[in-house]
Amino acid sequence: MSNNSANSNNLVIAQKAVKQLRLEASVRRIKVSQAAADLKTFCLQNAHKDPLLMGVPSSDNPFRPPKSCSLF
Amino acid sequence: MGEMDQMKKEAEGLKSQIEAARKAAADTTLADAASGVAPAPRVQLKTRKTLKGHLAKIYAMHWATDCRLDHAMLMVSASQDGKLIIWDAFSGNKINAVPLKSSWVMTCAYAPSGNLVASGGLDNMCTVYNLKTPVVKTVKELDAHTGYLSCARFLSDTEILTASGDTTCALWDIETGKQKTVFLNHVGDCMCLALSPDMNMFISGACDSLAKLWDIRDGTCKQTFQGHTSDINAISFFPSGNAVVTGSDDCTCKMYDLRSDQEVISYQDAQLNSGVTSLALSVSGRLIFAGYDDFNCNIWDSLKGEKVGVLSGHDNRVSCTGVPQDGMCVCTGSWDSFLKIWN
Repeated sequence: MSNNSANSNNLVIAQKAVKQLRLEASVRRIKVSQAAADLKTFCLQNAHKDPLLMGVPSSDNPFRPPKSCSLF
Repeated sequence: MGEMDQMKKEAEGLKSQIEAARKAAADTTLADAASGVAPAPRVQLKTRKTLKGHLAKIYAMHWATDCRLDHAMLMVSASQDGKLIIWDAFSGNKINAVPLKSSWVMTCAYAPSGNLVASGGLDNMCTVYNLKTPVVKTVKELDAHTGYLSCARFLSDTEILTASGDTTCALWDIETGKQKTVFLNHVGDCMCLALSPDMNMFISGACDSLAKLWDIRDGTCKQTFQGHTSDINAISFFPSGNAVVTGSDDCTCKMYDLRSDQEVISYQDAQLNSGVTSLALSVSGRLIFAGYDDFNCNIWDSLKGEKVGVLSGHDNRVSCTGVPQDGMCVCTGSWDSFLKIWN
């Protein structure tokens, strides 16, 4: 009896796995060259807005209070 | 042929079909396609702030979404000293310290509204706290996972996503405290999750070495990404939403493009033999900050796959990293009990 229920349990698991694989197989894929071109374009178009890439000038750096010179 | 054998044969056939379709789409690699792009500049960041206050290993940190409010820059950190601390990164001041019922915390999250934070860990629960009441109050204990809570992310003040060692992820209704959707498909502990920029999908990484893309509303796994040979500990979307970056115990990070359904580049170095614990991307997606077990955070050029810098300064494993929404800095948290802000 327990062997039968284990078998039917395994079958249900296998059926679910096949169902999932069918879903994943049906994905429409674009060429990596196109995907890569879009990734490149995104990086380059947004580079100027990326403070960690461009560097943060000390005057604009909120973590660095501007140094001031006092002349007495 | 028995039905079981038929299922097995069909499964093998479908796997081969997927592999063939991926190969057919692989007309180049990202590194080759980016060969004409100027290399990213050598990135030399300095520690601008060291946040001291935790008394034990830090396991997680998360920036508030609209983190620049009232001249403060807010983030939450979680430590096995049994506390969540809300920090203002500008001043280094502690805004709040939330005592946890269970000190075995593994994750923390800030709600986009800034009103709530959440934590969870070996207690198998996700606890949500209200920061806006005069004293920080527990709003809900989300209790249904049968394994540890490895990651949590708010969609709003009423919904939160969790990843668990019980191999499932779940979407919760915070008001009722119940799971609305359970995401079943991983066969290993789920270690991390990340929300897509449009909030319709999320990606999970697990100890089965797979990353999976899920539709939040219909609960289905849409795509599965292979390639890693060990636990995936960290995961993040590329800012365009078309790719994901993963970090693993196999010492590599990888980028998978969602539309070509495959790995497009691997970030690795023969001399690097420590696992990746955490990762965060700069706002353009060009830089990947990856925390490793060897106490460093390495900086990778996402397009070319080259290492362009390193953040050294922690005296123990880097366990968490995060870049705030405005991209002005990167935060690293460590088992050495400190958080550092770099730019």
